[in-house]
Amino acid sequence: MSEQDWATASAATIATSVSAGSVSARTIVSAALDRIGRIDPAVNAFTDVLADRALARADRLDTARGRGEAPGALAGVPFAVKNLFDIAGLPTRAGSLINRERAPAERDATLIARMEAAGAILVGALNMGEYAYDFTGENIHDGDTRNPHDLRHMSGGSSGGSGGAVAAGLVPLALASDTNGSIRVPSAFCGCFGLKPTYGRLSRAGSFPFVGSLDHLGPMARSTRDLALAYDAMQGPDPADPAIAGRATEPASPGLDEDMADLRIAVAGGYFARSGDVDVFAAVARVADALSCTRSVEIPEAARARASAYVITAAEGASLHLDRLRERAGEFDPAVRDRLIAGAMLPAPFVERAQRFRRWYRAAVLDLFREVDVILAPSTPYRAPRSGQATFVLDGVELPVRPNIGLFTQPISFIGLPVVAVPVRLDAGLPLGVQIIAAPWREDLALRVAHHLECAGIIRAPVANLA
Amino acid sequence: MTDTPKNPAFDHAAYASAAAAMLALPIDPAWMPTIVANLRVLHAAADHVGTFPLPDEAEAASIFTA
Repeated sequence: MSEQDWATASAATIATSVSAGSVSARTIVSAALDRIGRIDPAVNAFTDVLADRALARADRLDTARGRGEAPGALAGVPFAVKNLFDIAGLPTRAGSLINRERAPAERDATLIARMEAAGAILVGALNMGEYAYDFTGENIHDGDTRNPHDLRHMSGGSSGGSGGAVAAGLVPLALASDTNGSIRVPSAFCGCFGLKPTYGRLSRAGSFPFVGSLDHLGPMARSTRDLALAYDAMQGPDPADPAIAGRATEPASPGLDEDMADLRIAVAGGYFARSGDVDVFAAVARVADALSCTRSVEIPEAARARASAYVITAAEGASLHLDRLRERAGEFDPAVRDRLIAGAMLPAPFVERAQRFRRWYRAAVLDLFREVDVILAPSTPYRAPRSGQATFVLDGVELPVRPNIGLFTQPISFIGLPVVAVPVRLDAGLPLGVQIIAAPWREDLALRVAHHLECAGIIRAPVANLA
Repeated sequence: MTDTPKNPAFDHAAYASAAAAMLALPIDPAWMPTIVANLRVLHAAADHVGTFPLPDEAEAASIFTA
């Protein structure tokens, strides 16, 4: 395999080859760094490239493998992280200007440490919307991450750099965060796979928060197998995250090829079957047809769930940033600043009511999972809009783009359900996304369904043609 | 999601000015139209949630367990 091919190889292929000694980790990392140097100026996914650190780590891995040590399930796999993850020696900027003055992180985030313990090699930090309050992938401080499949379009956010880096073939794996859809939206817009695990599954220790009661971290990749490899490497208790459930590792990779016949699958109707472009529902139908799924279920009160997530997000986010808003408001992205200031003004009973509704909604949706194992829904109401696009037309009505991007993701993350976001290519145009949603702690089922669809050729995440 | 709260006559600009003073948030007057627009959307969202009947026993899920 040429160096160029190694740069866009899957994590599974790289790990197998490095473990077998057929290629060195240094060759892999060098290929990735070379591709980042050539391609990223057009995409703007990276804010920091850690060449020295990555090459040193690759050399250590090669030396250890030469001594006969097992290099791990992700041996030599380059990965990058949204820049809200702590990286030792760097200030954790979280897409902001203000955070650049923070002291450099003393250690890596828990999930980075776990990825590297499995043999993966961190090559850089990735662009994101300021303080993760974003669905577009735009950033006024670092520039927008552009969609690798069409540079004139949004990457989606707030993990735009993660989606852009994976879709452009700069890394096979990226880590990201999802509070209201920030893994699933860029996965849809950039045509990647993304896993938003159950709330409390993966440690958030060493990441800059946004909305503590809604924040999740997870991986993005170009295949289900790679997604599962990363997910498995990152599981496990961590006393440094107060919200982690403390469950033992439940590996998903071994079950990817298990039989699908026993799974009860339904399409989400009602709220999830309207207010979107016809193509997004065609993408869901394609996935449903491939699964011989004819059943539909209605997730009750999804609009109120979204409204509640919206209120909680604004209030908790504002509380987190209140001192910065008092002292340095002029240094925020104005769009983020004005949303946060409005959130700070919400009366407490509005927020408490939303949290109480959350309790009711959780019970109602969990009841649905007595009847089905997996629910299918669109990821976004439309394909990636053009960068800077302010409105879109739906059923002849002009609507604002930004507030509607999370229409279908917010009611799901609101109660922490695990989701695998999968890419669907209906035509030669930009990709579309479908959410494969499971009951809490059943990431394995969502990944199994995604893997089945991938093996059947229904979903795929090709590297964007940028060379 | 609508941006019209139940009481559309409510003066969000006056409320925002008063709340900003209470929160000790210095606000450039040029920011106020966007802040008010965001506040209207949040108010409408909170109204939508608030019209749903909940039992008294429904405790807040602020420390959430899936």
